[in-house]
This record gives sequence, C-alpha cells and structure tokens, in this order.
Amino acid sequence: MTLAVVFILTALIAISIVPFVDTRWKGFLAIIAVSINSVLSGFVAFKALTGINTLLTFPGSFVTGLIPVRIDALSAWFILVINFTFLTGVIYGFHYMKAYKSQKANLSIHWIAFILVHTSLIIITAIQNSLAFLIIWEVMALSSFLLVIFEHYNKGTLKAGINFLVQSHISILFLILPFIGVAIKMNSYDFTAITAYSQQNPLLTNLGLFLCFFTGFAIKAGFVPFHTWLPYAHPAAPAHVSGVMSGVIIKIGIYGILRMLLLIKSDYVTVGYIILFFSVISGIYGVMLAILQHNLKKLLAYHSIENIGIIGIGIGLGCIGLGTGNQLLSMLGFAGALLHTLNHSLFKSLLFYSAGNVYQATHTMDIEHLGGIAKRMPHTSILFLIAALAICGLPPFNGFVSEFLIYSGMFSGLSTASLMPLWALIFSIFGLALIGGLALLCFTKAYGTVFLGTPRLKMEHTVIESRIGSILPMYVGVTLIILIGLFPTFFVKALSLPVGLFASKIGSIQQAEALYSLDTLNMISLCAFGIFGLAGLIYLIRWKVISSKHLIINTTWGCGYIAPTSKIQYTASSFVRTYRKLAEPLLSIEKKKKDIHGIFPDHGQHETHPYDKVESLLIDFPLKVIRRFINWFSFLQNGVLQIYILYGVAFIGLILITPLIYEKVISLIQFLNRL
Amino acid sequence: MLSLLLIIIASLFFTGIIIRTKSISSGRKGPGIFQPIKDVVRQFRKGAVFSETTTIIFQIAPSIYFASVVMAILVIPFGNTKGIISFNGDFVFFAYVLALGKFFSIISALDTGSSFEGMGASREALYSMFAEPAFFILMGSFALLTGHTSFYDIFSTLNFGSYISFMLGTLATYVFVMIAMIENSRMPIDDPKTHLELTMVHEVMILDNSGFDLGLILSASYLKFAMYGALIANFFIGSLPLYISIPIFFGIQFLFAMVVGILESFMARFRMSHNSQFIFTLSSVSLLIFFGVLLVLKRFI
Repeated sequence: MTLAVVFILTALIAISIVPFVDTRWKGFLAIIAVSINSVLSGFVAFKALTGINTLLTFPGSFVTGLIPVRIDALSAWFILVINFTFLTGVIYGFHYMKAYKSQKANLSIHWIAFILVHTSLIIITAIQNSLAFLIIWEVMALSSFLLVIFEHYNKGTLKAGINFLVQSHISILFLILPFIGVAIKMNSYDFTAITAYSQQNPLLTNLGLFLCFFTGFAIKAGFVPFHTWLPYAHPAAPAHVSGVMSGVIIKIGIYGILRMLLLIKSDYVTVGYIILFFSVISGIYGVMLAILQHNLKKLLAYHSIENIGIIGIGIGLGCIGLGTGNQLLSMLGFAGALLHTLNHSLFKSLLFYSAGNVYQATHTMDIEHLGGIAKRMPHTSILFLIAALAICGLPPFNGFVSEFLIYSGMFSGLSTASLMPLWALIFSIFGLALIGGLALLCFTKAYGTVFLGTPRLKMEHTVIESRIGSILPMYVGVTLIILIGLFPTFFVKALSLPVGLFASKIGSIQQAEALYSLDTLNMISLCAFGIFGLAGLIYLIRWKVISSKHLIINTTWGCGYIAPTSKIQYTASSFVRTYRKLAEPLLSIEKKKKDIHGIFPDHGQHETHPYDKVESLLIDFPLKVIRRFINWFSFLQNGVLQIYILYGVAFIGLILITPLIYEKVISLIQFLNRL
Repeated sequence: MLSLLLIIIASLFFTGIIIRTKSISSGRKGPGIFQPIKDVVRQFRKGAVFSETTTIIFQIAPSIYFASVVMAILVIPFGNTKGIISFNGDFVFFAYVLALGKFFSIISALDTGSSFEGMGASREALYSMFAEPAFFILMGSFALLTGHTSFYDIFSTLNFGSYISFMLGTLATYVFVMIAMIENSRMPIDDPKTHLELTMVHEVMILDNSGFDLGLILSASYLKFAMYGALIANFFIGSLPLYISIPIFFGIQFLFAMVVGILESFMARFRMSHNSQFIFTLSSVSLLIFFGVLLVLKRFI
C-alpha cells in the first residue's frame, strides 16, 4: 500500500515542481521521477514474475466503488517492458530536448506529460476497476497527445496530433460501451464482474463483447484497418516520444487484448481466427507500405504496424491452441507474442532514437536526401544496423527468438490440427515468411540509403555524431537485444508465469512446460554463439592474411568511368522500383513524372507519393460524406453576432416551452384515454 | 559432420561441372573441373583494392556472408546421420541465417555507392523475398506429412509410399531446384555470364570486392550450391546404408550440376521484370504440395 502511495506521490510531486524549475532541471526531474517509479513498480513486478502477486484495494469513491489493484504475471511483464523503454527514453530525451531549450513553457508541459504517460501506463496494467481504468486511459491518451504535439507550431504536427486525439477517443468509445454495459448488468465495476458476466452468457454474446473490446484496443495497438493515426503521429513527435510510443504505448493495446482474453470466457477458436486474420493482414500491409515510404520515421511507424501484426499472430495462434486444446501451440503462441512485445519495444525504440540522432545531425528525415552518414556517425550507424537486423528477425538477435517461437508453434501445430486450423496455420506461415522477406527489403533500403554510399544532398552544416548522453541509453538497449539473442532460455523461462496464465486454462502449466523442451532454445543460443564465433574467426583470419598484403584505396569501380558523383548511386526509390511496380495494384501510389525530351533536355523529374488505401476508404470517404451532410447546415454559422444571440434566445425559449408542451400533450392523452 | 564433409567435397567440383557442361554443349574445350577452386585459391593470395566510399560494413560483410552459409550447412543432415546442429524447427534457422548473409551482402553492395551494385542489391532483395514463402510452405507440408519439425527427422522418416507421394517428391525437388537457382542467381532467373548492367545479381554486387574477400564470397557461393544439392539428395537417400547413400549423394550432386549447366546452355534468361511473377508460381507449386499432403493424409474431409 505504501509503495503505491509513494508511487503516485512521486509522480504528483514531480509534476507540480517541473514548471517552476530551470529549463535544465525539468528533464532531470523527469529522469528522477521515472527512475523512482520504475524501481518501485519494477520491484513489485519482479515479485509477481516469481509468483508472488500483489493485491491491493483502494477505497475509491461512491461512484467507482472499491478499486482493486491486482498485479499478476501478465501485468508484471508489461510493467517491466514499459519501465525499460521509459528509462532509456527519458535519458535519451533529456539529451534530445537540449536542442529546444529556449521553449521553456513548452518543455514544462512536455516533461509533465512524459511523467504522466509513464505513471498512467503502469497504473493501467495494474488497476482492475472499469471506471478507474477508463479515467486513467483517458489521462494516458491526453498526455500522449501533448507529447506528440511538442512542435505544435508546425501545422503538420498539430494536424497529426489532432488525428491521434480523435482516434484515441474513438478507441475509448469502443472501450466505454462494453465496460459500462457489463457494469450496468452486474452492478460492479470490478474486472471480476466481466468474468462473471461471461460465465452467465452464451458464447456468442461473449464473442460480441470481446470484439468490442478488441476494436477499442486494436485502435490503440494499430492493427489494420485501425492504424491510420499511427503513421502520422510517430513522425510528428520528437524522437524519444516516437520511440516510447511505438515501443510501449501502442503495446498497452496488446495488454488490453490479452487481459480481456483472460477475463472473458468465449469461443477461443473463433477469436483466434479473427485475431489471426487481422494480424496477418496488419503484418503484410504494414511492411508493404513501409517499403515505399520516403520519410525514415514514417517508414519505422509502418513497421510498428507490421510488428503488432507479428505479435497478433502469436496471440491468434495461442487462442486457436486454447480452443482446440493444443497446449503446445497455445504456449508457444503466447510466449512468442509476449517475447516479441519486449523485443519490439527494444529494437523499435532504438531505431527511433537512431532516427532522432540522424534528424538532429542533418535536419531532414527524407531518405532520398541522406546517404553516407555511417562515416560521420559511426555509433548511430552501428546501433541502427543491429536494430535493423533484429527487427528483420535475423539470428543471432532477439527478433529471431520470438519469431522462432511463433514458427515453432505453427509447425508443431500442423501435425495435430484439423482442416480449418490447418488453413489458418498455413495462411499465417505464408504471411510470416512473406513479412520476413519484405522486412529484409525494407531495412536494406533504409540502412543502405541513409547510412551508406555518399551523401545525396549537400548539407550546409557538418554532420556530426550525437553526444555520448544520447548514445549511452541506446547501447543499453542494444546490450539487451544481443543478450536475448544469446540467452533466449533465460527470457523464455521468465515468461513461464505470464504464459501459464493462459495455458492453465486448458490444463496445468507443468503439463504444458513438459511439452516444450528448452533444449531447442539452448540450441538457438548455441547457434547464436556459433554465428558470432564463426564470423569473428573468419574475420580474424582475413585480417591476418590481408594485413601482409598490398592494399590500395581507390574510387568505386565504375566500368571505366572515373568521375563518379553521388547522383549515380541507387536511390531508395530506385532500389524498390521493381517491388513498387509489383505492389502498385494493391496500394495507391500517386505518381508525378516528367520525362526527358529532346536533344538538349532541361530537366526531368519523378515523384511518388504512397498513400494508404485503407485510410482513403475508411477515414477520408466517411469524412467527406459527413462533411457534405454538415455543410447543409453551414448557413446557421454565418458569423453574425446578432443571429447567434437569436439562437441563444430561441434555445432558452425552447427549453422553457418544452415542459409546457409536454404537460399539454400528457393532458391531451389523458383526455383521449378518458373518452 | 558427415554432411559437412560431403558438402565441402561436392562444392569443390560442383561449379567446375557446370562450366564443363556448358563448354561441352557449346563445343568448346573449356577449363578443367577444378579451375574455379584454383581461381579461389589465387584470390586468397592476392592483395585487395578498397573503394574510398566504403565503410567497415564492406570489410565485415564477406566474412559474415561466408559464416552464414557455413552455419546453414551445419544444420543439414545426411540420410540417417544428423547434421552438427539439429533441433526442432532448424529449417527456420536455416532460412533466417541465410537471410542474415543476404542482408550483409546487400548492404555491402550499397556501401560502395556504385550505380551497378545497387541494381544487383535491389534484385537480390526482391527475389529472395519471394522464394522464402515457398520454402516455408514446402517445409510446412513435409512437417505435416511426417509429423516432425527438423530437417533430420523429416528426411529420415520421409518415405514415398504411394503414387501421390512420388508426385510430391518430384514437385518438391522442382521447388528446391528453383529455390537453389534463385538463391544462387543462376539461369532462368539470372545469367551470370551476360554483361554487367544487363543482369547479374551476384556478379554485379561483388564488383568492388577483390582479393581475400572475393575468394570468401566465391567459395561461399560454391558451398551454397552444394548445400542445396545436398538438400535435394536428402529427399532420395532416406535411411539407406552409407555405402549406397554416399554414391547416390555424389550422383545427385553431379546430376544437379549437369542440369544447371544444360539449363544455362539451352535456355534464355527470363525478363528481369517478369521474374518476380515467376517466383510467385513457386509459392503456388508449394501450395500444391500442401494439398497433395492433405490428400495423402486424408485430411480433406
């Protein structure tokens, strides 16, 4: 209890001090507050991961009723993931924000919002009272909105922020409906009421209930087709906010889906199919669009959608496992999903921080303008490379481990599944393999054009490496990425309790664990060491041999052409041109082209603007219709003050007259009745 | 261990046989079978020229590429003997570790800032992407057929009982041969002997590599060929005793190399822009195999 009070007090005190201290101290205060709260919540979470759950009950108010706080293994896992990303994020952000130190008031709001998001995320994972949950969810949504619109003086940023705000409220709407609906039926806001409700009702009702929750949480998590806010909000926010947002804020949607799976007893097979379908689509669609992006941060944002898809594939498989009674499949699915949640938070935040470093050094995010940064920014370049390898799911890094778990689940599920799950499995195998291949294309493009080659645009300023302060937290992230790749057994073991929560629905957890021997993971770890060892050994031999040889440094070989310019390089667009031609029918790409004509051509140009087809169908079209409808009433808003006052008078008059008319109507009905 | 040894031996003459087949079919005398290996040895002894544009990536990429191919070979079994590494789902590792090598060879090509190498890199990234789903569906079908999820278990329990399973074996061999062609960028996909900017995925990507690095890349590609040959051979070896299976292994490698040589002599390369569509059909063929497996197992109800 005291821990919880200290936790909330720390946040409150920090928030109230931030506006009154010097600019330098604002960020520092945020670091202190986030660190203290991370230690406090991390302590409780560690206990929960070893099997000691924390149960607290706050008295609450007469509106909410008792507010139970239950920290089980699932909450604990998410708390740890959130804490790690926020710690690296706040330290990175502290240094990143130095560039904006003149904006005093803006910084105050920024850091207050940052502390608030961290605190509210932790509370969301722990609290189990519907009304309190919704309130904290709203706090989280509003403060993340403030984080996104830090550069609100840019029109684009503000627009992206408002887009985010509107969509998070649609998400809240979808959450309010089932939460309050259940609360009215059961007369309790406690989450246990949801379980009780679902036990009383037929599976079909529960499916509807779950789908309502799923839609709400899916908007937050960024599943296609609910993802449209994401590619705008991420590039608009400062780098550390994008990192934190993509790393953990969208994961809170995943947490919500998992929590509801635990609470609602429903037809898991159907739920599994639905989640799987949305996930595979999200995965493929996300990466398909990511490849075409010209803005580095937007590219990364689309990759978040892809990775949410991969996590969802894990969850979907887990559900199918639960429904068909296949313990191994359910265990591997959920373990893969949870581990990928951690993994994605690590490499995606790292990628966004690297993008932030690039942005601060070059002041542009346009991939076509960058190039040759690896020489100027060696640390950032190597950090981005490792994160890129990890996000493609390549061994020996962490992304491979979680994808391997999911693959293992799918392949082991094949032999026992009946026809319908078999289709689902082969569909997701196809999807995951395609996602892997497309991610490779995307990140070779991103890394190759941003960091390698020669600069494509002459910068007016020198490009220099970021300071040690922003590099250091990134190295912490990379260390964890490599550690998970090298010692997957440890991390998967740590997952046994959270996964057990799900697996125990269809039998004891010991039974499930006995099905999957950790030897396989030990072999993965061996392989990871093998790759490092072998590559190191070969490189060493090469170095020994080559150092005694005659080495020449010369220009890149150009088939005899000896005056290469940076313009002859492959650009990002040309790198993915063949892909774009193939994918064109599926996506909407706007092209502008001016060919070169004549003997003395002046200039040619070629532009592509990838646009989201889902967005134009699901957001733009309804908006257009609504706008047209609302336009019919635009004559009301004519800007004449007198008329507005008239509206007021009319309105008041209407209110006063209504009861009178009502009475008359009632008496008329009564009169008619008497007849 | 056995498979590693055999693959290394096969890789010594594999490319030589391809070249020899081509020279015979075009009526030339041609070089000896071990000429490619002699070339590699010469490369290892040479000094090197590095582009001034390149970074550390260009230096480490060939070593990692070579290491990735060797790691992939380690998981391949030989009939009844396991590979050095064998675990459930090892073919996932096989595909992904090869992708690691590919990732590095692509970015090392982009590292030179050359106009040609980017082209090769772009194609390499695209083609391998389409080969991957086919491979996974194929392995998924065999996992379904045999009930096992590692190369060793699948190959050692695979037996062709009925007519349908023979058809499956044929189709699977076709898919594997095609995947090998894509991964090595050989004939129907790409012609290694045409001139520069016209084609050549692998050759154009390594334009700037020289000396030891070039030797590493070349020997890795020989190994890769023999590795796919070994995978195909595994289909037919099953649980035969060693004194039969080893000759079969070399026979299949020889045949595979001949087929590649003959293909390259008598077939025209596909249009580059149409390649990706062609590779789609691979996925369809592997789906066909999946249906076949369902038929064999009577899972179609």
